[in-house]
Amino acid sequence: MAAAAARGCGGVWRRAWQRGGGGCPAPTPRGQRAVSCNARGGAVPAGKSGLAPWVPVVGLEIHAQISSNSKLFSGSQVQFAAPPNSLVSFFDASLPGTLPVLNRRCVEAAVMTGLALNCSINKKSLFDRKHYFYADLPAGYQITQQRVPIAVNGRLSYSLCIDNKMSQMVTKTVRIKQIQLEQDSGKSLHDDTRSQTLVDLNRAGVGLMEVVMEPDMCCGEEAAAAVRELQLILQTLGSSQAVMAEGQLRVDANVSVHHPGEPYGVRTEVKNINSIRFLAKAVDYEIQRQIEELENGGTILNETRAFDSKLGCTVPMRDKEGKQDYRFMPEPNLPPLILYDAKSLPANMNHQQVVNIDWIHERLPDLPSVKRAKLVEQYGILPEHSFTLLNEDGLTEFFENVVKQTQMKPKKVIGWILNDLLSYLKQHSLTVKESPVSPFLLADLLNLLEKKEISSTAAKQVLAELWKGEGKTPLEIVKEKELELIQDQKELEQICQAVIDGQENEVMAIKAGNRKVLNKLIGLVQRETQGRSNPVLVKQLLEKKLSE
Amino acid sequence: MLRASLREVSAALKEGRVTPTELCQRCLSLIKSTKFLNAYITVAEETALKQAEESEKRYRRGQPLGVLDGIPIAVKDNFNTAGIETTCASNMLKGYVSPYNATVVQKLLDQGAVLLGKTNLDEFAMGSGSTDGIFGPVRNPWSYSRQYKEKSVPKSHSEDKDATWVITGGSSGGSAAAVSSFTCFAALGSDTGGSTRNPAAHCGVVGLKPTYGLISRHGLIPLVNSMDVPGILTRCVDDAAVVLGSLAGHDPKDSTTIQDNFKPFELPNLTDVSKFLIGIPKEYHAPGLSSEILALWSKAADLFKNAGAKVIEVSLPHTRYSIVCYHVLCTAEVASNMARFDGLEYGHRSDMNKSTESMYAATRREGFNDVVRGRILSGNYFLLKQNYENYFIKAQKVRRLIANDFVKVFRSGVDVLLTPTTLSDAVPYMEFIKEDNRTRSTQDDILTQAANMAGLPAINVPTALSERGLPVGLQFIGRSFQEKQLLTVAKWFEKQVKFPMIQLEEVKRHNHGVFQHQKSAFFS
Repeated sequence: MAAAAARGCGGVWRRAWQRGGGGCPAPTPRGQRAVSCNARGGAVPAGKSGLAPWVPVVGLEIHAQISSNSKLFSGSQVQFAAPPNSLVSFFDASLPGTLPVLNRRCVEAAVMTGLALNCSINKKSLFDRKHYFYADLPAGYQITQQRVPIAVNGRLSYSLCIDNKMSQMVTKTVRIKQIQLEQDSGKSLHDDTRSQTLVDLNRAGVGLMEVVMEPDMCCGEEAAAAVRELQLILQTLGSSQAVMAEGQLRVDANVSVHHPGEPYGVRTEVKNINSIRFLAKAVDYEIQRQIEELENGGTILNETRAFDSKLGCTVPMRDKEGKQDYRFMPEPNLPPLILYDAKSLPANMNHQQVVNIDWIHERLPDLPSVKRAKLVEQYGILPEHSFTLLNEDGLTEFFENVVKQTQMKPKKVIGWILNDLLSYLKQHSLTVKESPVSPFLLADLLNLLEKKEISSTAAKQVLAELWKGEGKTPLEIVKEKELELIQDQKELEQICQAVIDGQENEVMAIKAGNRKVLNKLIGLVQRETQGRSNPVLVKQLLEKKLSE
Repeated sequence: MLRASLREVSAALKEGRVTPTELCQRCLSLIKSTKFLNAYITVAEETALKQAEESEKRYRRGQPLGVLDGIPIAVKDNFNTAGIETTCASNMLKGYVSPYNATVVQKLLDQGAVLLGKTNLDEFAMGSGSTDGIFGPVRNPWSYSRQYKEKSVPKSHSEDKDATWVITGGSSGGSAAAVSSFTCFAALGSDTGGSTRNPAAHCGVVGLKPTYGLISRHGLIPLVNSMDVPGILTRCVDDAAVVLGSLAGHDPKDSTTIQDNFKPFELPNLTDVSKFLIGIPKEYHAPGLSSEILALWSKAADLFKNAGAKVIEVSLPHTRYSIVCYHVLCTAEVASNMARFDGLEYGHRSDMNKSTESMYAATRREGFNDVVRGRILSGNYFLLKQNYENYFIKAQKVRRLIANDFVKVFRSGVDVLLTPTTLSDAVPYMEFIKEDNRTRSTQDDILTQAANMAGLPAINVPTALSERGLPVGLQFIGRSFQEKQLLTVAKWFEKQVKFPMIQLEEVKRHNHGVFQHQKSAFFS
């Protein structure tokens, strides 16, 4: 086996492996991570082959389904997993004589997304027809924006951690070439045994935003981080639900490799990627496959490949369209899409009929990057904690709700949220919304801790009870299990005295100056009281007694 | 009664001189006796009678819906009609029943009109003769008029009498023939390159192509989306104004319609035309223009001049590129629009099931005629990446030049342009089919096509009978959305020329003989 993959931030990869024996046609040896993308930069150990380094280039085309009640050009409802062909209007089925009518909501969603991605919004954009024959494309063409899309020239900043260490994060930027509005196709289901194709047109005509990212990325992890940030932005805006598993966010990756200073290599397009984790895998696999292919004297075909998540590799795809000419032409049934801003808005225009860019701009919600900065500033938590809070749907709100209802400092609360709550949820595959412990209950518990009515050991015990979701309050559990701290000083003094009396050697050691032994005595008191004593108080009592 | 104008018969209905049902029955019976004209593809007898009955109830209650209530109308078979077959005269859509009404059809029905049936056309409106549909050619009613019979002497007695019948022009030939033969009071056509005005001229009726965007195209099965306009065929200009008023205005289902509402208008009885500036575009003196029509055109110009109007020669220099430019734009859009006919969702589907692709190919081969397939092929060629710039983009640029020509002329003060509608009167079918569809369309659209390129309103007004006793019309082209001005001038002209009424006494006698020869044609 060769050395593990090595690459630098500049995107320089070196030949990194030799083919593992048999199995999947993957070049990646089993058990070894294909590529570790480190974003640290700087020198990278040379590959054993001693060949010139490789620079991988990764660009992404992302289709985000617009979150809208109705389709892009028809009044049909949009709904995931509805009975087949139950959401199909005459237009969606391409009945002759029907015409497209643009859905204002979809335009607003695209403008919002464009603004959030720092794009310039085209005040005039155009629609085009892209032709190809396919069973789930009833009109024989897709209406898209090939010539003048609604938004262009944006950028997206995203962060990723170096060497998987949360504490070392770097921020990178990918340029957004354009965002275009277009129709989704229907779905074809091929029944090979009966050689039939079943077509479901529910999805046909649903509005999509195609976000084209320039090839500014160089590994799977960067691609994954960029997509994750885009996903968060879309969800924050509400312009797309962006759930990859439901196909609301579809990512195609364009991958190529070349030597520094040389032109880009032939690229392949990797499709069929249905999670962010698989995106990273697919891209890294494809990079390594191309490097190996080239180093073995082969060539890269300009082809479409599919990611096989079971095998963890990409395979050539039976290209449904083949090499073909899409015969683009202007869509004659839709006038140019005109957007206005405060300056260009005509005075006598019905506001229901126009889309005002400035109006949308003013109403943009805080984007994830701003939200994170605010969390760090407002609560004094660490930046990496703000990433975790935003990455889990609803976790920020949970955290803030707890903070609001407790006297405990946010810096301490975050520990309970990230270590206790989150790890419990992960263990049980629950979402934040499904948590059996509400922010109110957790705050209640933390208040008991903060008021020194229970110890933190006891608090964990209470939390364990709370997970059962039996409807008891923390206080009830404390009472029931008798977990409250012993407030009676005399009782505590007696216990302390008993411990001192039973540990002559230790007492001697302490008196001889070995203060560390005191902790053992404190521990014994704790054990005696089953965690119900306040360690600070116990320490004071013990010291007082030992100095008598 | 059937020869009356729409407004006259509407008055008769209101006064109770005739009931909607009587009127409908008389039309239906005339449709039957003129079946040999092949004007209708589908006669919706049952629903028409039901609609007439409803209308009658409204009249009895004294609450008719308006001028159109109870008026029998016909609609070209490329407009969708819910529950009534819409075929486009193509195998592809034979038997196709649309689930919805085109906006224009819905508007007519909402105003109480009685829909008699769907009229014949060239397949998917691609043609200029109404000869190239699967249901056979439409015969021009004037072929059976006393006027034509008296003037056209059969070359020899042995020659089949049937061979002398002339075409209607197209592609809305069925609608023109229906209005001309008195089987309905108004009909809808469509006009992409002259398809309403051309048959109107040949059949001696008024044919109005409104400004692009004034009338909804929703439900009109498209030929060229950027040029298609629903057309109106009537017996007189006033009737055209009535129908226009009932159809025009914004349609939320067609994004290319005007935003504003349209105010229906009544046409004034002009006595003084001295304020008008009439333009005579010299380029319309096209090669192939018959001397007869040229003379008529000059006469018409003199008529205006003598009445005090200012008449000037104007130039539309790019008009001569109109046809070749149209060929590129039309076929490109046709290629695109026809892509939906794949046999999956509706329409004809071939039995071929070797693969999806072979099914598509066979379906489209069996479903479309040569004309449609030819245009699809050319259109796809023009849209190929390597050709797009050289053909499509150039044609679009030329289109802009053609449109600008009109803008300049109208900006110079011209109110209305006066031109011929066709190069000659209608030719006999046997002669017409000697040339192929493409050659014919190229020749026949030459005088009408530019108005579509520019989106302008234009109207054919029947003007006189030719030496052969066939109708000849002249065309007025107006400013964008200035239908009222255009129709006002057209109405004045119509009043001056006193176009003769068709004498169809021979129809009944002729009926039997001709009908025997018509077995091949399809009647539903």
